[in-house]
This record gives sequence, C-alpha cells and structure tokens, in this order.
Amino acid sequence: MTAASGWERLRAWFLLPAWIWMAVLFAAPFAIVIVYSLLTRGAYGGLGLPWTLENFARLLDPLYLGIVLRSFVMAAATTVICLLLGFPLALFISRAGGRKNIYLQLVILPFWTSFLVRIYAWMFLLRDTGLINTALQHLGLIHDPLPLLYNNGAVLLGLVYGYLPFMVLPVYATLERLDPALVEAAADLGAKPWPTLLHVILPLSVPGIRAGSILVFIPALGAYLTPDLLGGGRTVLIGNLVENQFTNARDWPFGAALSVGLMALVGVLVLLMLRSEREGLV
Amino acid sequence: MESILELRDLVKHFPNHRAVNGISLKIPRGGFYSLLGPSGCGKTTTLRLIAGFESPTSGEVLLDGAVVNEQKPYQRNVSTVFQNYALFPHLTAAENVAFGLKRKNQPEIERKVREALELVRLTGKESRHPAQLSGGERQRVALARSLVLQPDVLLLDEPLAALDPKLRKQMRLELKEMQRRVGITFLLVTHDQEEALSMSDQLAVMNNGAIEQVGTPQDVYLRPRTRFVAGFLGAVNWIDGIGLRPEVTRISRGLPANGARFRPATVTGSVFLGNCVHVLARLESGEDAVAEIPRNNGAYQAGESVHFCWNPSDEMILP
Amino acid sequence: MKRWLGLYAALVYLFLHLPLVILAAFSFNSSRFTVWQGFSLHWYRAIFQDRQLGESAWNSVIIAVVATIFSTIAGTLCAYGLWKRGSALLSGSLYLSLVTPEIVMGISLLALFQWSFRWLHWRLGLHTVILAHVAFSIAYVVIVIAARLRTFSPALEEAALDLGATEWQAFRFVTLPALLPGIVAAALLALTVSFDDYVITSMVAGVDSETLPMVIYAMARRGASPVINAISALIVVVFGALVLISERMREA
Repeated sequence: MTAASGWERLRAWFLLPAWIWMAVLFAAPFAIVIVYSLLTRGAYGGLGLPWTLENFARLLDPLYLGIVLRSFVMAAATTVICLLLGFPLALFISRAGGRKNIYLQLVILPFWTSFLVRIYAWMFLLRDTGLINTALQHLGLIHDPLPLLYNNGAVLLGLVYGYLPFMVLPVYATLERLDPALVEAAADLGAKPWPTLLHVILPLSVPGIRAGSILVFIPALGAYLTPDLLGGGRTVLIGNLVENQFTNARDWPFGAALSVGLMALVGVLVLLMLRSEREGLV
Repeated sequence: MESILELRDLVKHFPNHRAVNGISLKIPRGGFYSLLGPSGCGKTTTLRLIAGFESPTSGEVLLDGAVVNEQKPYQRNVSTVFQNYALFPHLTAAENVAFGLKRKNQPEIERKVREALELVRLTGKESRHPAQLSGGERQRVALARSLVLQPDVLLLDEPLAALDPKLRKQMRLELKEMQRRVGITFLLVTHDQEEALSMSDQLAVMNNGAIEQVGTPQDVYLRPRTRFVAGFLGAVNWIDGIGLRPEVTRISRGLPANGARFRPATVTGSVFLGNCVHVLARLESGEDAVAEIPRNNGAYQAGESVHFCWNPSDEMILP
Repeated sequence: MKRWLGLYAALVYLFLHLPLVILAAFSFNSSRFTVWQGFSLHWYRAIFQDRQLGESAWNSVIIAVVATIFSTIAGTLCAYGLWKRGSALLSGSLYLSLVTPEIVMGISLLALFQWSFRWLHWRLGLHTVILAHVAFSIAYVVIVIAARLRTFSPALEEAALDLGATEWQAFRFVTLPALLPGIVAAALLALTVSFDDYVITSMVAGVDSETLPMVIYAMARRGASPVINAISALIVVVFGALVLISERMREA
C-alpha cells in the first residue's frame, strides 16, 4: 500500500468510461471500416468476401485522383485565404489592449452558433433569388441573376467563412506572446512599420501560422456539408464522395477505402502538427 | 519516555534524485522541533514521508511507537500546515476548520471549531472565505484546521515563507506561544536559520539528504560539528582551519589584551548596518575576514593596518 | 498603420457577422421573397404550427440532453484521471476524434451499428444517435475540464487527505466543487455541439428519429420559405446565449 496506490485505484475507475468509449465508439468503428475496405461489394449493395485490395487500387483511378486533387487544392486555397484574411485580424486583436477579449469573442462567437445556419446564410445571400442578386437587379446593375451559388467559388467562400477562426486563434496566440520589446527594438534601430512587419513580426509568427494552417487544412480537406450545400452536388470533394458510397452508390467497401485513405492523410498532417508543436511555441 | 515521532534509517530515492539518504531521528513529546536546511536538502521530502504523501524506499516512520509506513495520510494522526496554506477556496474559514472533524464524524463540531478559531484569534471571521482573508489570517485558519484534530504531531512546511518580513517576526512569537499553550509537538521545516534558532527547543540540520547535527539552538550555533552546519547557521571566518564568528572577533589598532589571539590585517572596507558595523579585512596570511563590532567603536578606513583579534575560547575547531 | 488595421478588422467582422444578421433580419420580412415588404412575425408563428419541426426539435433536445449527461460525466472523470497520470493512448484517441472529419466519423459509426445489428436486435434510432453524439462530444468535455484542472492546486487534495479524507472524498468535497463551473461550461458546449450536428446524425438516424438540423438541411436543399430564417435566428440567439454563459463559467 503505497501513498500513490489510493489515487491509482481511483484513477482506474474514473478512466473506465473513457476506455469503454475508446474501445466501442472509436477503435471498433475504425477497425470495422478497415475490414470493410478489404471486402468486396455484394450484389445488392451489401458486403462480402473475397478479401481484396481492389478498393484501394480504385483510388488511383484518374476520376478519383481528380477528386482528391481538387480537395487538396480547395483545402490549400482555403488555408491561404484564411491566412491572408486572418493574419491582419490577429495582429489587430493582439494590439487592442484592454479590449482583446471582446474582439476575440467576436471571432469565436459566430463559430459556435450553428454551422448549418451559417452555411444557409450564404445560400440565402448567393442564390439566384438571393439577396445579392435581388439587390443588384433592383439597382439595375444586372438583368439576369448571376450564378453565385452552386460552384467552386461558393464552396471556397463557405470554407473560408467556416474555418477562419481556426487560423485567427493560433496566430493570435503566437502574436500575443511576442515580446513587444522586439518591435520597439526594431523601431529603435530605424525600421518603419512595413519592414518591421516583414522582417521581425512575420518570421516570429511562423509557429502560429503553421498551427493555424494545419487546423484549417484538415477540416477543409474532409469537408462534406459545405461543398454539399454550397456546391449543390457539382463540387465533389472527398467528403462528398465518401458519403455517396454509403448512401446512393451503396458501395461500402469503396467508401471504407476512401475513408481509410482520408484518415491516413489526416494522420500525416496531425504528425506534422505535433512536430511543429514540439519545435515551435504553439 | 517514548518519542512521539521516530525515523529509522529513512531513505527516499526518486527516479533521478536521491532526496533522503538514511535519516534517523527521535522527536520527544510536546516540544517545538525544527528541520533546518537549504533548498534541496530533503527536509520537505522528510516531512511528506512523515505525513504519508510519499512512501519510503526503505526505513521506517514510527508514530507513538507504531510503524506507520503502510498507513495513508488520512489514517495517520499527524496534520500538516502547507506552505501556501491550501485552504479550500469554496468553504468559509469555519467550514475549512470543520473539514477534518466532519470526515472523521466527530461529535460537537460547532463547539470545537469555535474554540479552535478562538485559539488562533480569528473569532468574527468564521464566515469569510479564504479570498477575503489576509495572508496572516489564512495561516491562522490553516493552523486551526490542523490543531482542531488534536494530532500527535503538527507538521509545518515553511509556514512563514509566504508572509512579509514584519509579520514573520511577529508570527514566530505567536507560533511558539501557541505550541506552549496547546502542548502538541510541532515539527517545523525551514531554510531560515533565524526562524529555526528563535523558535525551536531542538533542531536538526540537514544537508544532501542526511542529518549533520541535532541539538538545541545553542548547541548547533556555538558548537557546530561540521563546517556545513557552522556556515549554514551563521557567518563564519575560516582562519587556518579555525572557524570564528564575526561577532566574537574584534579590530584593534594596538596589540590586544592578554590571552587574545590576533593576526595582522589590512582593512579593506567598512559596512554600517545600523545596529553594528562590519569591518572587512584581509589578513596577513591571505584570508579575507569580517569582524562585527559595536557601532560606536570607532571608524576604520580602508588601507589601515590593524590587528584582527579573538578569544581562544570562541574558536570552532572542525574537521 | 493602426488606423488601417482597425478599418480592416471592422470589415472582417462585418464579413463574419453580416450574413447572420441579414438572415435574421429577413426572418421578419412579411413576404417570402428577398425583397423587404414589411415587418411580420408570420414566419415565427409558422414554426410553432409546423408539426415536423416540433417533433424534430423535440428529438434534438432529448438527444442533446441525454448525450450531454453521459459525455459530461465520462469526460469529466476522464480529464481528472488523465490529470492524475496521463495516458498517451487515451489522449491520442481523444485528440484524433476531434480532427477526424465528421463524415468519416459518421460512416464508421454507421458501420459499427450495422455490424452490431447481427447480434443485438435493434435498429437505427434515437439510441444510435445518442451513442454517436456521446462519441464525438467527449473530447470537447475533456478539453474544457483539463484546462480547468491545470489551474487547480494538487496541494488542496493533499490537504484533504491530511485532514482525514479518503481519495474519493477529496475528489468529492474539494476537487469537484472547484470544477463545477467548468463542468457546467463543458455541458453547455456539449449541448450546442450535439444540438447542431447534422453530418454524423444523418448517417446514424433512423426513419423516425429526425432531428432539427436534418429538417433544416432538407428545407435548405429545397430552398423553402423564410421559416428557415426564423428558425435560424432563434437557433443563433439561443446558441449564442448558451456559449456566452459557457464562456463566463469557464472564467469563473
């Protein structure tokens, strides 16, 4: 009976629900998906033997590779735009003195309201009978409505809108920890605002930028709802492709293989993120 | 009479740190006892071994004659006053004091709490929360909380460290007085030698996980048994292997009186400390020494040739 | 530079908030077209008359409340256990559950349930949705409580033991009261996350366990009436309030 054994026992009991969660609701589902990815599609959309690697081979089909590529490009574009939009905002908040918290809340708050509603808001604005088109028509600037919705651009807009806070927060955290003395030293040595930004602030914000980029890229890569609603079925990304296999196409093994592939990508990105956490000041 | 607390060859090794390396100690009932040593010497670990927060690697802890190694903190009849008091923030002062009594389902909780708070002079502040109390008041709540359980030994982990200096001196007297009144054995852990000297009936000096000397404050200060103890308890001048405390040395321009030993020296500086003066001198034999002299014993200029003197009976000869 | 930065920030905040404001504004439009034709509470009244909305909203509430109860308890205990001594496997799984794309979580849970139908005689329904919601919200609870524990001093638990409390009593009488604001914050968070979920829910819901997001999704796809605007406005206000309270509790 050591001093620590009482705590160990309590800890074991307390972690039991979480272990059950992990086994039943986390590991088991993934294990089943991996098994399914190695099976064959049955006659009526079910599953059966034989074991095969066919589903993974299909991933290399140009049609599907194209979708993967498009997803990558979309996620990358989202990340870049979020960075361009988000960095100045993070900079502003970090210099806002006593009001920092309010400005931070203003960024976080819309994110924690309904994701679905936020996407619908853009549908309301962008569609043919939406606010923007109606307004432009009323002002006589256009005659026929502009096709603002149901295309890649709308999806990109939705992704940026949805994930911007994921970029702003880590960048802000890094900028916050920046020693103001460094900026003052730069000014003291004769640097004007722009060069200071480029040569002092920006390099030191790299850890935050790296974290924010991965935090935006990962969900953007696996996005489903945004391309589904704002792309109207025309913008097919990995997420939409996976969903389709489990509903319309009824090709579970292939959908499972896609999921395994997507999770592998996510896994690599997470490892990159952990590495940058260890090196950087995230 | 059996000691209330005994440590036998107590050892505690952590994975990359040997904190306690074989300590044996017998603490008698009813006194004020201190463990004195620099940070990292193992005194806090020893305290935690006694309280039951750590298990010994080897050796025994005995309370009132019984080995308690296997007992959890809540089974031992000792109580700890933590360095930052560890008062429960969501409870009032009275509820904090009542906490231990409630856990042990003791009767007459209200009366005991009232008496404990009276003992520490906090009547009237029972319904305050720790956040609404001053540092000194929080310490008294911590004391009351532990004392109300009538432990065999009260362990105090650097209790005065978090207080400001003026309050510290006052609390020394109060703690000493409280121990006398309550009669419970107090075991104090501190790195402040003035604290240990002024409050203890007996103290143990620790260094590097071992006890270097046990004794009364006079024993330990005037007759240190090792160089470390001598140096830790106060300032020492080391001259030719002999230790001399600054307050037993004098400076004189002429040759000193009969019986005194002396060395020729050159004054290198003089520091006025208010109640006394420290004269720094370099002896002919090369050592630097400090003499503490009364403040109106004349001023000495740097560069002066003087004699550095002392009585042979004040010498500390140590291995 | 500061002035330009401020102007820029204002524009970005406008970008973030204006769509929702406009959406809410038009919920008061008396006509169903995107031209303002007068103030009306017509669409709000329509909400309460729509049976499907009412039932799905009720389902969402039940699912959210039950799932939150389970995930808050499991998550709090988990965060505490990990605080005592970490577990790379458990922490890693929790983290992974947060970064897993929702669609992957949805289909994997669907696969689990379908596979289980062979042995357990049940079908997709409220219970499968509740299980799925517990699955993805535990991690949120753990994060909130873990953050709270970082500011909690272990000396308080030691003091409790010292005074005669067992380990369980120390947790119950000292740690738990200190965690309470965090637990409330985590629960509110889990509630909103659960109530709003569409992707995972749609994959594991049965025919008679429609949730409010599923109905909204269908309406959004059809491009239906401003009733969506009204529901959206209500949701935003309610969620916003819950999140604000949650944030307040987090800092308490």
